[in-house]
Amino acid sequence: MNARVLDRTLVYGGAILLAVWVLIPLYLVAISAFTPQARLFDYPKPLVPTTFSTETMQFFLEARGVIPSVINSILVALFTIAFGLALGTPAGYALARFRFRGRQAFQVIVLATKMFPIAILSIPLAVTFLQLGLYDNLIAVALVHTAMALPFIILVTGGVFVAVSHELEEAAQTLGCSRWGAFLRVALPLALPGLAAAAIFTFVISWNEVFAATILTLRTRTLPAQVLAGLGTSPLGFKFAGGLFMAMPAVAFIFLIRRYLMNLWGSR
Amino acid sequence: MGFALVAGIGIERATKVFARTTAIKGISLDIKDGEFMVLLGPSGCGKTTLLRCVAGLEHLDDGRITIGDRDVTDLAPRHRGIAMVFQSYAVFPHMTVEDNIGFGLRMHRRPKAEITRRVAEGAELLGLTSLLARYPAQLSGGQRQRVAVARALVMDAPVLLMDEPLSNLDALLRLQARADLKRLHKEVKRTTIYVTHDQVEAMSMGDRIAVMREGSIEQVGAPMEIYDRPASQFVGGFIGSPPMNFLRGSVRAGSFEGDGFAFPISRVPPKVDGRGLLLGVRAEHLRIGDQGVPARISVVEPLGDHALVTALVGKTPIKVQAPIDVRAKPDDDVRLAFDESKARWMDAETGAAL
Repeated sequence: MNARVLDRTLVYGGAILLAVWVLIPLYLVAISAFTPQARLFDYPKPLVPTTFSTETMQFFLEARGVIPSVINSILVALFTIAFGLALGTPAGYALARFRFRGRQAFQVIVLATKMFPIAILSIPLAVTFLQLGLYDNLIAVALVHTAMALPFIILVTGGVFVAVSHELEEAAQTLGCSRWGAFLRVALPLALPGLAAAAIFTFVISWNEVFAATILTLRTRTLPAQVLAGLGTSPLGFKFAGGLFMAMPAVAFIFLIRRYLMNLWGSR
Repeated sequence: MGFALVAGIGIERATKVFARTTAIKGISLDIKDGEFMVLLGPSGCGKTTLLRCVAGLEHLDDGRITIGDRDVTDLAPRHRGIAMVFQSYAVFPHMTVEDNIGFGLRMHRRPKAEITRRVAEGAELLGLTSLLARYPAQLSGGQRQRVAVARALVMDAPVLLMDEPLSNLDALLRLQARADLKRLHKEVKRTTIYVTHDQVEAMSMGDRIAVMREGSIEQVGAPMEIYDRPASQFVGGFIGSPPMNFLRGSVRAGSFEGDGFAFPISRVPPKVDGRGLLLGVRAEHLRIGDQGVPARISVVEPLGDHALVTALVGKTPIKVQAPIDVRAKPDDDVRLAFDESKARWMDAETGAAL
């Protein structure tokens, strides 16, 4: 057996192991969420669902506070996308286009902000937001989510703009555009699919975030905060349904933007 | 578009410094109205940087650039009266051929009717009429190149800048496109700066050629002038295929002597006794016969209409363009005759022609 075959075996073996690690819980949650309440405790648990029912899902969606919190979650995610792209796109563009002093350092620092767990940041954050009067407020949650998503947005949009040839913008400039006009008419339209991917990714980050949302809100809960608040007292079926409901957008979107993530990691 | 219809280009002491290197070092060059000027040199010689400085895509660190009678040194590209064809063509992938060609006119807010008419003319000139509705992804490399040329031409800018526009085409297409560009230049008579590293392109297209090396211009002149009278060893070696032959040696008492050879010469540049010299001779100015410099044949390459013979003079390989029916074989001892009036003497230290 030569080294290359061994290499590939290890890589694929590892990948399969990781995939199984993630997929099995997801699968179990999914079949449980579609199992009628009464059959939930069947033992041994059938690995292939024999009964299919939306009863549990319905129960979850009709529970008090769930629909408002879904709306809150969506609003927070949209605010986060707006703030994040407004701040992150210019930074990503600068990283892609300009060879400025400290460019490498900037890139590292952007990533380094991901090293601080939100749990450590949450107390000072909560204090700051209290002082600013931004408490129990969707904008406050969106601002925290923006801070969390920015490194990804900057690096993803950077990767997107690297892929748009600089010569296209220069050509636009020789044809009568200003620097800004060249960006708007050429770079931006070509980057749109990638920016959309960044937006979707941001949506997922915000949608899934629970810690900051729990600390900063009391009545205007986002969905994860709402589910977490009732976690100790809610029935098992509710948890499965809620888990699946929260996981679905992330899984679906990751499939959609896979290509752009590959681009990003491949180019650095 | 408010620009003079004809305009020469003046470059004065242009200097551009990048982080570590000086890309162009105080270049001065005057390009006349309607002239086709080729910037020729190896990669990294600064030819593209100079072109981009004229375009306004790079800013000079020192010096001045004028187009017509306007100083454009500090103007943005769109105010300079230039149009440019890029090496990658830079055709906008999200626009049809028609929108690509009309882009510049739209940016300059020309009336719709005029845009339609001029796009049609440009497409006609470049043979793109049937492709106007296509997107660049549906075009071949040659077609994309023509879109880029059409897009630049319809601007009616007095100055046309081209950065290696043929280098991404395959050999056959390049030959065709070269002739097309030359014909176009005759028809539209724009002042043109054309950057290339291909000396054949430079020779065949340029009214004049500026040979560049390491950020400076080594020689400027008409193609045949540069070919026949290279100003330096570098120019002689860069222009012509095969490059000019060089023999290193020194003159003593009417004889040129070097590593393993010595032969009498009659035309010696003045005051060179004892100095290190290079004798430059082109392959087609050498004849294999029974008179002249002793040499030993090492390789014979038949090339169809002639044979390229490599012969060793002492230890220096010399290329000779011989008739295809030459009877030389490897290891034959022969003599090489050459016309001394067509040979060039150069200083072995500096490479400069004497």
